[in-house]
Amino acid sequence: MTITNYLVLAAILFTIGAVGVLVRRNAIVVFMCVELMLNSVNLTLVTFARSTGTVDGQLIAFFVMVVAAAEVVVGLAIIMSVYRTRRSASVDDVNLLKY
Amino acid sequence: METVPASGLIAASWLLVALPLAGAAVLLLGGRRTDRWGHLLATGTVVAAFGIGLACTVQLAGLDERSASVELFTFIRTGNLDVEAGLLFDPLSATFVLLITGVGALIHVYSIGYMAHDPGRRRFFAYLNLFVAAMLLLVLGNSYVALYVGWEGVGLASYLLIAFWYTRPAAATAAKKAFIMNRVGDVGLALAIFIMFAQLGTTSYAGVHGSVGLLAGGTVTAIGLLLLLGACGKSGQFPLQAWLPDAMEGPTPVSALIHAATMVTAGVYLIARSAPVFDSTPTARTVVLVIGAITLMIGAIVGCAYDDIKKVLAYSTVSQIGYMFLAVGLGPVGYAAGIAHLVAHGFFKAGLFLGAGSVMHAMGDRTDMRRFGGLAKKLPVTFVTFGLGYLALIGFPLLSGYWTKDAIIEAAFDRGGTSGWVLGGVAVLGAGLTAFYMTRLMLMTFFGRARWEDGVHPHESPTVMTAPMVVLAVGSVAAGFLLVEAFPLAGWLEPVFGEPEEAAHVVAPLTVSITLFVVMLLGAAAAWLFVGRREVPTTAPARVSPVVRAARNALYADTVNESLFMRPGMWLTRALVWLDNRGVDGVVNGTAAALGGSSSRLGRAQTGFVRSYALGMLGGAVLVAGALVAVTTG
Repeated sequence: MTITNYLVLAAILFTIGAVGVLVRRNAIVVFMCVELMLNSVNLTLVTFARSTGTVDGQLIAFFVMVVAAAEVVVGLAIIMSVYRTRRSASVDDVNLLKY
Repeated sequence: METVPASGLIAASWLLVALPLAGAAVLLLGGRRTDRWGHLLATGTVVAAFGIGLACTVQLAGLDERSASVELFTFIRTGNLDVEAGLLFDPLSATFVLLITGVGALIHVYSIGYMAHDPGRRRFFAYLNLFVAAMLLLVLGNSYVALYVGWEGVGLASYLLIAFWYTRPAAATAAKKAFIMNRVGDVGLALAIFIMFAQLGTTSYAGVHGSVGLLAGGTVTAIGLLLLLGACGKSGQFPLQAWLPDAMEGPTPVSALIHAATMVTAGVYLIARSAPVFDSTPTARTVVLVIGAITLMIGAIVGCAYDDIKKVLAYSTVSQIGYMFLAVGLGPVGYAAGIAHLVAHGFFKAGLFLGAGSVMHAMGDRTDMRRFGGLAKKLPVTFVTFGLGYLALIGFPLLSGYWTKDAIIEAAFDRGGTSGWVLGGVAVLGAGLTAFYMTRLMLMTFFGRARWEDGVHPHESPTVMTAPMVVLAVGSVAAGFLLVEAFPLAGWLEPVFGEPEEAAHVVAPLTVSITLFVVMLLGAAAAWLFVGRREVPTTAPARVSPVVRAARNALYADTVNESLFMRPGMWLTRALVWLDNRGVDGVVNGTAAALGGSSSRLGRAQTGFVRSYALGMLGGAVLVAGALVAVTTG
């Protein structure tokens, strides 16, 4: 059983997530794409853990999940406060830190 | 002659330098509080120095080995460089100490009267004391480095004193000129000291003079020529003579002390002290001779054309020091004669300058001889003392100049060969011109019809001024005889220069004396013919021969200096300033502008859009990953 299929799947998911971060305007959707990228990385880690027979990859996947959860909390709090002041959830509208 | 460590009073000879130096320090640091008694303190220190010097000389004369050294302290100690500060008290330095402190004390007394109405009198005496201290250090030092410290000190004092009335632009310019031309000479002296360090590892007189035979001929000649350059700068010899007449901007006591009797003789002292060096390099010694002869003639020629009494005396000094250089350039036969003339000249030239100061004091600080005349009756004491100095200078028989100048000219002829005749002839011609311009000065100043301006009431100077003049006049009369015949200087200086040589006379001494007497009479007669017999015009005649015009322009010395050194120097500095402003500043400002401009342009990348930042992060991450892959697989 080769791991190629899993890796290719993870790569496709990562690409879709990356493109989504760059292209989509809604902040929530950008977050979902970020989660997508993190999950594709999890898939890669678990695949390699399975193929080498160790559990190191699965351990790191756990860490990634915890970090992702914390990051979602913080990120959603920021989006909420931005929405309250600017009445908009578009990432293009937070452009005050500029040259 | 061995140098013994000093004992008794000579061991305290550092007081000679310390007392005037302390006087200067007290007066300069004390400020206006010392105004009332400052001049008395200053005169006191120099008189005390004279007393100590006299006592040390008496003790020196009684020693078996008439050369004593005093170790003071370590000046510099760094690895290879070990310079000990110490003093050397031998007959040559004793002679100079007596001359400096004696004439200096008299001039201090004179200055009490001369500067009585000047608000800066205290400062004047402080600088005079500083000068005396530095000059004493110069002649007492036991190494070239100690001499150099004193050398620089007298240069500084000369600058401060020439520009004493610093609000006068002419005085400030003259002081700068003097200092800069001195500096040119000082470079020569410094280079000579460097060569001594590099080649011999020592600069003490004992060390250098003892090992001069170990050096290559070229090196010794180089040292000799560089020492000569230093001497020319300090003594105002060709080609560095143009500063001395301009230095007459300073008060007359300054001209008398510094630019007649002492500082300008430092060059002669240097060459005489370096006798072993010059004895080993005939080339350098010949150059000394040539310089002496040339300067002798320059001074005499130019002195005939000036109407300013102090400038005539200044050029006379230049010429007489030329005689001294000629003497010391002749080698062992001439050293004692040169020093004797130096001492005698110190007396009569200082006396002449003080007399000129007395005349100026009487005429309201005017120096134009064309407005003098008929002062003999109004200023009797000045006239007599000035007259005695005049007679001594022109070599009137039995007065000072007669003995000392004749000795030099005899030694010149005794050199033999073509050079002997040429040098002797030049010296005789110079003596004739000396008689001419000095007689012209006497006739224009003291005789003839009074050509005074309105409001001028000549009166004799106070005793505090005439007493030193009288003492110096006595010296002018007696010094020559005492130094050459009664107590021969050659014998006294034997520990320094060795046994006085008895050269075979090419020309009999009597012939030389008679020739000089005739030449002197011819010069004086020519002066009477051209100047004394006719009315002296109050403005200088405009239509004159090219020779006179050249002499009035100081033989174009200033013109040459300007075109050879000043203008190229100014051009160089202007070019460098331009280079600095456009070039260096351009580079620095340009770099700043470039950085500013590029940072503005780069700043435009901060658009504020989150998505563009995200794209940047993605791009960076891809690059890093690609680099990792390339490194691990490549």
